[in-house]
Amino acid sequence: MGAYETVIGLEIHVELGTKSKIFCGCSTKFGSKANENTCPVCIGLPGVMPVLNEKVVELAVKAGQAINCKINKINKTDRKNYFYPDLPKAYQISQFDMPVCSDGYLELGDKFQGKKVGITRIHIEEDAGKLIHLEDEDVTLIDYNRAGVPLVEIVTEPDIRSAEEAYNFLKKLRNILVYSEISDCKMEEGSLRCDANISIRKVGSDVLNTKVEIKNMNSFKEVHKALLKEEKRQLELYRYGEEHKIVQETRRWDAGKGRTITMRTKEDAHDYRYFPEPDLPPMILEKKYIDDIKSSIPELPMKKMERFVRDYGLLQKDAEVIIDEKSTADYFEDLVLKTKDPKESSNWLITEVLRSLKEYDEIPVTSKQLSELIKEIKSGSISRNAGKKVFDKMCTSDKMPEKVIIELGLKQISSEGELEKIVGEILDNNIEAVEDFKSGKGKAFGFLMGQSMKATKGKANPGVVKKLLEEKLKK
Amino acid sequence: MYSVNEIKKGLEEKEFSTVEIVREYLEKIKKKDDKIKSFITLREEEALKEAEETDKKIASGKKLKILEGIPIGLKDNIATKGLKTTCSSKILEDFIPPYDAGAAIKIKEKGGIILGKLNMDEFAMGSSTENSAFFDTKNPWDLERVPGGSSGGSAAAVSAGFAPITYGSDTGGSVRIPASFCGVVGLKPTYGLVSRYGLIALASSLDQIGPFGKSVEDCIYGLKGVQGFDEKDSTSKDVKMPDYFKEIKKGIKGLKVGVPEEFFAHGIDKEVKEKVEYNIKILEKLGAHVEKFSLPITATGLSAYYIVSSAEASSNLGRYDGVRYGVRTDEYKSFKELIVKSRTEGFGEEVKRRIMLGTYALSSGYYDAYYKRAMIFRKKVEKLFDEAFEKYDVVVSPTLPVLPFKLGEKRSNPMEMYLSDTFTVNINLAGIPAVSVPAGFSKEGLPIGIQFIGDKFREDILFRFAYALEQEIKLNLNPWKEGR
Repeated sequence: MGAYETVIGLEIHVELGTKSKIFCGCSTKFGSKANENTCPVCIGLPGVMPVLNEKVVELAVKAGQAINCKINKINKTDRKNYFYPDLPKAYQISQFDMPVCSDGYLELGDKFQGKKVGITRIHIEEDAGKLIHLEDEDVTLIDYNRAGVPLVEIVTEPDIRSAEEAYNFLKKLRNILVYSEISDCKMEEGSLRCDANISIRKVGSDVLNTKVEIKNMNSFKEVHKALLKEEKRQLELYRYGEEHKIVQETRRWDAGKGRTITMRTKEDAHDYRYFPEPDLPPMILEKKYIDDIKSSIPELPMKKMERFVRDYGLLQKDAEVIIDEKSTADYFEDLVLKTKDPKESSNWLITEVLRSLKEYDEIPVTSKQLSELIKEIKSGSISRNAGKKVFDKMCTSDKMPEKVIIELGLKQISSEGELEKIVGEILDNNIEAVEDFKSGKGKAFGFLMGQSMKATKGKANPGVVKKLLEEKLKK
Repeated sequence: MYSVNEIKKGLEEKEFSTVEIVREYLEKIKKKDDKIKSFITLREEEALKEAEETDKKIASGKKLKILEGIPIGLKDNIATKGLKTTCSSKILEDFIPPYDAGAAIKIKEKGGIILGKLNMDEFAMGSSTENSAFFDTKNPWDLERVPGGSSGGSAAAVSAGFAPITYGSDTGGSVRIPASFCGVVGLKPTYGLVSRYGLIALASSLDQIGPFGKSVEDCIYGLKGVQGFDEKDSTSKDVKMPDYFKEIKKGIKGLKVGVPEEFFAHGIDKEVKEKVEYNIKILEKLGAHVEKFSLPITATGLSAYYIVSSAEASSNLGRYDGVRYGVRTDEYKSFKELIVKSRTEGFGEEVKRRIMLGTYALSSGYYDAYYKRAMIFRKKVEKLFDEAFEKYDVVVSPTLPVLPFKLGEKRSNPMEMYLSDTFTVNINLAGIPAVSVPAGFSKEGLPIGIQFIGDKFREDILFRFAYALEQEIKLNLNPWKEGR
């Protein structure tokens, strides 16, 4: 089957992080009471008119610049006409032939040799409401809170060759959008939604065969799974010479059943009758406006990773893990600032801190707490193992490590005088092991170390114990 | 009845109170609108209450605003908070907007007292007001004839003396046509001069609210009451306009008038042509320089207008789907059926015709042949007018090629109905202002209107011509045989 390759293009809808909707002053807050965030404009009452929220254009321009797009100077909107109960005006204000941004690219990670995936366009548009079908009754309710929430639609070129690449692309894109504060990109709240177009062709061919659109994938992992599944379905049809059975259609991913199901075929495709929106005059984007937005883009993930490797001496694989979430990267920088120890900070981050994120939604320990903890360990006040216990405790408490160490009785014994007594007792009680050591069995040293630590319930400073044991055994 | 100046003077000099004036108008409407059928909704109680407030203001010696105490009528496609706004359509039969249109807000702020809402062609589609889902409005000059449309109720009400100022909307002539037929002054302002917020859209790129008055001065009061920028309408413009009352005193001596030959060509009623030409002679007599020129836009302009306006209308009217407000069909088994049945039951014939026409013009495969070509022609119309206004201060033509026709005469022939708009639609395509002014009467006593067309935001020049002519020919514009 090596003779075939997969061709994938993505369409990503991203809700922009504005406070108010795209054409009215209503709030964009998620999780409000049904229809609480609505007004005559966003529910399309007769005679009302849209007024463009300029922040939307700003964020779209920013997104374009973050993924290397050309910014189009004339920003014109168009109407996309279709009937559906969640679309109050029976048209969506969108952009047809003059999107805000076009011709960009995004670079995939090292794993893909920095492959560039082309961005066809980014355009702004308004979101629709939400239908709620009641289970027991034959009733559909409509919540228009989402109607008029600003979106950008990002469309890629058919440059993606595998589910893996698609997954990597989405993660990279999300990072960039979150870093630039364009969107919070929460798939579970619907603020990032992804549809995929997929087809198969012979390697070396540059034709685009009949593509299938897949919808309703609720996480990046689902996108990955759905693409693998659809790729397999299409490949099998090719294998049996039945590729004519691949028809242009939209298939819905059913996560529960793990398969795609036909939603609608080309025959029911809409004619959207696009035409220029007469209620909104075109907005001309001045060069200075575009440049100002460009200079407002913060450091993006790739650049940050490079800087962490260069300035902090991190391993690239560690840096990649840290920059994966903007909040984690910010935490890390904060921690380094406090500890002045990038290596140690990175160790804690990629082990304990990331582990804690499996249990908590955000990092449960402040950078101040963790930096103090690192200091305690470095000063020998507690052992590294005891440090982990302190960390766990701090996950549910805002006490500083100094206090937690006392509460848990974890203070390390580093006083030579105190430890000498204990080590002496261990040696006296384990004459056999001492003999073994002296006769060349190095393993016995470990045993004696262990016994000493055990006697202090792990609180002994292992360095000091080691030093004392070596001294005494030499005698 | 009274002119705006008469009411203002009477109120200031305490000859009568606002309550008395408002009551007098309301009583006249109640007594005589049975014959004309111009009002859909009367706003009696609130109007009288507002009149009392105005009287208190007058008694306390406060300075009065420009429309203070003036009775006003609004076309029923201008949204009024808490007051039924139907667009003369079954689909909005019981619709009560929770907001005021930008123009309604300005009228209220300036002290105008809204008496009620006026009949029109359904969704402003028509030239005779026969497309109202509720009833026909009659021409006050001949009750067997149409008042013109689509703002027929507004024009007839002013003509019949039911209000000194009313407002209509003009997408392709819907203010000027009924103004001409009813023998009143009606202005279609420059696109962007009056807020469209809350004007229930027919064609967004063409619609404009405009005032009616029995005299040029009343019409000026009407425009001053609503003009100006509105942040809720992104297409409205912030332009400083001159004081029209000062401007009209300047006369028209030395101003240049262009007469487009095509607007006097075949198909035009002989009486209309002669009357307008006679009036042009008067302009010359008053010192204007008149010159004929060619403006070859009438036929193609009409086609382009019906494509663009129907295309936009097909989109603007999509929201009447029975889901959120308006008429909903009783029985349905799916979303699709709900929408299709509600629209089938709720819309009238002409509305359905234009929705189909517009949908077709925007369909993939036909877009380039229709919508796109129409938009290209639209640009050409704009350019030709630009060129004309390099040479002339004003372009003059008949408002319509025909005299007011009989009720039912053209109802079954939409093409013939559309031809009534031949001289008015191009003005909307170009976004420029035009005013229809009474020019005289036919032998049968039917009003004939003359149209002055101006450059963008040059309403001042239009008013100068309108006023000069009005003062010179001094017509009796009272249609009631028994006096005012």
